[in-house]
Amino acid sequence: MYKILFREGLAPSIHLLRVEAPAIARKAQPGQFVVVRVDEKGERIPLTIADWDTEEGSITVVFTEVGRTTHKLADLGVGDFITNFVGPLGLPAHIEKFGTVVCVATGYGIATIVPIVRALREEGNRLVSIIWAGSKAFLFGEDRLQSFSDRLIVTTGDGSYGRGGFVLEPLEELLRGGEKVDRVIVMGSTCTMRLCAATTKPFGVKTIVSLNPIMVDGTGMCGVCRVSIGGVTKFACVDGPEFDGHEVDWPLLMARRCTYCGEPYSVLQYQCRHCAQW
Amino acid sequence: MPKLDLNRVPMPKQEPKVRARNFSEVALGYTAEQALQEASRCIQCKNAGCTEGCPVGVDIPEFIAAVREGNMPEAVRILKRKNSLPGICGRVCPQETQCEQFCNLAKKGAPIAIGRLERYVADWERSQGLSNKPSNPGTEPSGKRVAVVGAGPAGLTAAADLVKLGHEVTIFEALHVAGGVLMYGIPEFRLPKEIVQAEVEYVKSLGVKIRLDSVVGKIATVDELLGEGYDAVFLGTGAGLPMFLDVPGENLNGIYSANEFLTRVNLMKAYLFPEYDTPIQVGKRVAVIGGGNVAMDSARCALRLGAKKVYIVYRRSRVEMPARAEEVENAEEEGIIFKLLTNPVAFFGDGRGCVAAMGCVQMELGEPDASGRRRPIPKPDSEFIMEVDVVVVALGTTPNPLVATTTKGLETTRRGTVVADEETGKTSKDRVWAGGDIVTGAATVISAMGAGKRAAASMDAYLRGTGTI
Repeated sequence: MYKILFREGLAPSIHLLRVEAPAIARKAQPGQFVVVRVDEKGERIPLTIADWDTEEGSITVVFTEVGRTTHKLADLGVGDFITNFVGPLGLPAHIEKFGTVVCVATGYGIATIVPIVRALREEGNRLVSIIWAGSKAFLFGEDRLQSFSDRLIVTTGDGSYGRGGFVLEPLEELLRGGEKVDRVIVMGSTCTMRLCAATTKPFGVKTIVSLNPIMVDGTGMCGVCRVSIGGVTKFACVDGPEFDGHEVDWPLLMARRCTYCGEPYSVLQYQCRHCAQW
Repeated sequence: MPKLDLNRVPMPKQEPKVRARNFSEVALGYTAEQALQEASRCIQCKNAGCTEGCPVGVDIPEFIAAVREGNMPEAVRILKRKNSLPGICGRVCPQETQCEQFCNLAKKGAPIAIGRLERYVADWERSQGLSNKPSNPGTEPSGKRVAVVGAGPAGLTAAADLVKLGHEVTIFEALHVAGGVLMYGIPEFRLPKEIVQAEVEYVKSLGVKIRLDSVVGKIATVDELLGEGYDAVFLGTGAGLPMFLDVPGENLNGIYSANEFLTRVNLMKAYLFPEYDTPIQVGKRVAVIGGGNVAMDSARCALRLGAKKVYIVYRRSRVEMPARAEEVENAEEEGIIFKLLTNPVAFFGDGRGCVAAMGCVQMELGEPDASGRRRPIPKPDSEFIMEVDVVVVALGTTPNPLVATTTKGLETTRRGTVVADEETGKTSKDRVWAGGDIVTGAATVISAMGAGKRAAASMDAYLRGTGTI
């Protein structure tokens, strides 16, 4: 049983939980995730690790309410318990001195990309971060990310704060501009990652995405998280979750993520508004 | 001398049509009268081949004699002297190729139903509420600590034996329950999970500590365990990596590895959705690819979930199927359709990412291959399409590479199995032993238990300083 030490609503439907998990905190690295099961009848879902504190012995997760489990998690308070919390899973993010790295994040990605930005900064990289939220009301994490970035570009869908529009325009401008961009890292919705990868492809800049397929065990035993990278099947939980965004079979990932959408499975349906599927 | 009874007492079973729609146990177990009758058939051979045929060396004639005498506590004691998980073994061991194969009655008639009697004894103990009490007194504590990686049959057995020998044992288990394949792989209707957990509780009652949600290779490496005060490590991580066909369309929605399918159904109780949160697709026409026990299990689960038609698709013929004859019969009785000498070559989608059909070729059998079974060869111009909406690929599993890739100096084969001495389980790495599927590739529960036992004996000798490393 893993105690909730702290909780915070970051934005409508986006929540932060700090969970007591000292063994995981000792080992967590940027880019890794945990698998969570809220109660005895619960399902197992992956959540990216947003941070860790070895002194407190805690792991921070940030997530969006999209289905049964995330709704249950959103309802938990300080002192409540999560039944199972496994990690750290997945391969850590590849951190190295690349030069100038552009980090793009939307939704919960704005929190979960922080350990990567922070580690890259420590390695001597120049960090330009681009974040997006639907509107000012949905924005969070700006200050935190600003503290680790040499430059932060904030965009909102309705223009209520920062620059109006999406992340693709500033991203393309950076790539077209005078400054050399050595690497792009994207964390956010599947669509965001897909569209950013498409945007960077003509520029030939290596673009790393953190894939988010359905998972069950998270240790490579079941294969539900299989993705296709450069035509080769990989398991996101053990070969990833980081992959080369230009090699990902995006339609396959998006289709597989929809396996249990709609009747008779979903209590709630998550509908992305950036592309029309089917 | 009483006349030999050459017929074994049949096992009461749920009717096929009824059991094909529920997850309750198929085999109902002997009554006391049936057990007595079957136990009385045993002629108590002086040179009992049956005991030698048991991978954990259960004293078979002795426990059967106790059953015949009505001395159930004694039967339990004798059985559990060698076997820590009798309720499990009595249900899932392929006794027909082990103890029962060597029964002297088998030469003239039906061998003693040793497995059914073992089950009867274990179930009796549990019904008395006794199974949580250790049946053996502890030995002098050694002051040594052992880390066991994996709470499956090999790990549970090694841990139970080691703790009885006086060592402090902690099992590190990746999943949220102990049992390994006993929980996620073997279905509820063959091996009720309540029984698995009762036997896990027994192992814990002996003094074994189990840390769940602990993935060795992530939470700690084997070297870190050895450095943090564990004197020896046993690896029982199993063969958990699923094998796929590697044909076009295999990543379409609705195509599951057997591991995923069975884990959702058995471990996560998807058959009780939406009471339990984990979903699973209930197909109308389900094809299970493979011919082993896992394929039978998958097919029978698919049927119980509510599929209209379930097919076993296997590239060889009935004779070559590795599944237990008993399980194949059960599957047939339940109405599963066998499409033999058939091999999938591609999967086709419905335009929305879901599988809708499977392209197959018919096969014929040629010369035997490395496994000794006749090699399947595609018949020319025999392609055909099968409409399917769920597919379960049950071709087998290979070892999960997580521990091997994070443990320096641990020798593995090209297949990914850990190299270990057959007699002792000793690996190429100092203070590290291994057993079960991680060494042999996918095999049986009981052979994993045998390996756990042998490794525990070797580890004990090392820890006590009485044996060579």
